[in-house]
Amino acid sequence: MSFRLKAYQKWLTMPEPEWQNVHYPKIDFQSISYYSAPKPKQKLASMDEVDPELLRTFEKLGVPMHERAALAGVAVDVIFDSVSVATTYKEKLAEVGIIFCSISEAVQNHPELIQKYLGSVVPVGDNYFAALNSAVFTDGSFCFIPKGVKCPMDLSTYFRINTEGSGQFERTLIIAEEGSSVCYLEGCTAPRFDTNQLHAAVVELIALDNADIKYSTVQNWYAGDENGVGGIYNFVTKRGLAKGVNSRISWTQVETGSAITWKYPSCILRGDNSVGEFYSVAVTNNYQQADTGTKMIHLGKNTRSTIVSKGISAGHSNSSYRGLVRITPTAEGARNYSQCDSMLIGDQCGAHTFPYIQVHNSSAVVEHEASTSKIGEDQLFYFSQRNIDAEEAVSMIINGFCKDVFQQLPMEFAVEATKLLSFKLEGSVG
Amino acid sequence: MIDENSRTILSVQGLRASISGTEILKGIDLTVKSGEIHAIMGLNGSGKSTFAKVLAGHSAYEITGGSIQFEGNDLLKLPPEERARAGLFLAFQYPIEIPGVANTQFLRLAYNTVQTKRGKEELDPLEFDDFVREKMKLLDMKADFLDRSVNEGFSGGEKKRNEILQMALLEPKLSILDETDSGLDIDALKIVANGVNQIANNNNATILVTHYQRLLDYIVPDFVHVMQAGRIVMTGGKELALELETRGYDWVNVDKSVAGIIA
Repeated sequence: MSFRLKAYQKWLTMPEPEWQNVHYPKIDFQSISYYSAPKPKQKLASMDEVDPELLRTFEKLGVPMHERAALAGVAVDVIFDSVSVATTYKEKLAEVGIIFCSISEAVQNHPELIQKYLGSVVPVGDNYFAALNSAVFTDGSFCFIPKGVKCPMDLSTYFRINTEGSGQFERTLIIAEEGSSVCYLEGCTAPRFDTNQLHAAVVELIALDNADIKYSTVQNWYAGDENGVGGIYNFVTKRGLAKGVNSRISWTQVETGSAITWKYPSCILRGDNSVGEFYSVAVTNNYQQADTGTKMIHLGKNTRSTIVSKGISAGHSNSSYRGLVRITPTAEGARNYSQCDSMLIGDQCGAHTFPYIQVHNSSAVVEHEASTSKIGEDQLFYFSQRNIDAEEAVSMIINGFCKDVFQQLPMEFAVEATKLLSFKLEGSVG
Repeated sequence: MIDENSRTILSVQGLRASISGTEILKGIDLTVKSGEIHAIMGLNGSGKSTFAKVLAGHSAYEITGGSIQFEGNDLLKLPPEERARAGLFLAFQYPIEIPGVANTQFLRLAYNTVQTKRGKEELDPLEFDDFVREKMKLLDMKADFLDRSVNEGFSGGEKKRNEILQMALLEPKLSILDETDSGLDIDALKIVANGVNQIANNNNATILVTHYQRLLDYIVPDFVHVMQAGRIVMTGGKELALELETRGYDWVNVDKSVAGIIA
């Protein structure tokens, strides 16, 4: 509780940030419902009792769950509005010592871990929305991989905002102890409403010596209609601390939804030889806005980071890459490679790249490449001359463009991401 | 290759086309029959490439007059992909690059689409692989080419060979080669020409759009047309290309009557 109050006090003193390249009307923070539980409130005894609509959404999103979860071997934690409704495979994971549960359970059952790690990567006063989250977060996922354990299955969280006017403020904390590894997937959807909803989550990852965390997101929050009415404001703070030597944190994100996306999954590379990776595809259509990228903070020696960002803009949308690579004086022999590619569809959209590079150690090697391309008449003509119609051509061009990122995703997510992209851009050409 | 059984594949009459309000094609007439090879020659800006693109249906051009019949059907009514599926193929002067899309994937999709259209079986990736490798021999292409992204990082010669490979795969009824010879060294030119010659038969036809007569040393045309300011101003046999080579395009302006005799 003191954690929350501290955060709230801090939040009240902070100005709402305005440096971003997105535009939205002022949010009335009093009007947001900070806690919303799904309607059928009784405790769910098994997966069979999960709201069929939820399962349908899963079907659509292709996130394997239920029997499909058994086949695909994925453990799922489902956050519906603000409450975690079901966590699968808990017992099986517990056999190898993995704790995978909602964060509210973790607070009760594993207070020592929560106290030690919660807020250690993203301090309560880190930024405006992180402070807000710290003050009001209601649930989220917690995952602890003990020493030397390779998580035998992919872990997955599925988020859904279902109630009009509600905000979602979930908190995710993943700890990978020495020599452990985990692959974590996050899926997000929301149905359509005309009012804007706020999603201000915080995700913290901690990797100790030789640990490996791979965090993948496919985000498909409601993006607003073709005139830009409604949609989710997705203001999320995600940060990983590669604390131990040889540790590795890898972020992969496919951002297709939300009226406004504003997030920078980041890595603090503290351990020597630690590795940070960021692979991103952000698609905007109609009036969507995305300002996304990463921060790679190199503290340890011989730390390496890779950034691959692909932005696709169609309609009247705007997409920006904003990234910081900071090599501190202690980061002897650090390396970074950044590649930022933008693709434009049509002539009403925009793409922007804001790379910030701060090098304070002369032994560092930092490379940055950027490109902008446009799906033009001539490209489509080439495809059509080879029998391929415009829709299929666009899907092929886009998937080729995003290949470097998609191949980082687990198979079923990659297939889904491919479909999602084609669906998002349907009708934007021709 | 011309015989009595040849049928008309393409019939262009009084074709006019403009781009952004500027008229480029100012009344073109051309008939192409099966088994024929036609060369269209002319200076830069004479409208040759525009003609090729208009035939294939590029959306930037507006048709302001005339007609195009393809095997008796009104070609102007069809969108570009339907023209392609009907058997009209354009080898591009500047083939586009498609990063991240493997050549084999692209070729197979193009191939299977037309197979379906012709009521034939699609090939699965393994069958297609065998099929395409056979065709690649024709053009002396390396196997790694299939896994590379479409045209990305290809040399000029490789791009042009890729165009001819697609032509070999798709078995079009009418192939239009838009300056396929430009930028090729002599060895590459021979390989490309050899490929074109092997594909040409009595049931299909070829239009070569070119600047230079060099290509015509290797692919011998039945007809040579000279294009100028959006019109075909002269038509002759293969000797006309040689005449142009020695006397230059200016000669066409100076003495159309001489040309008329050759034709």
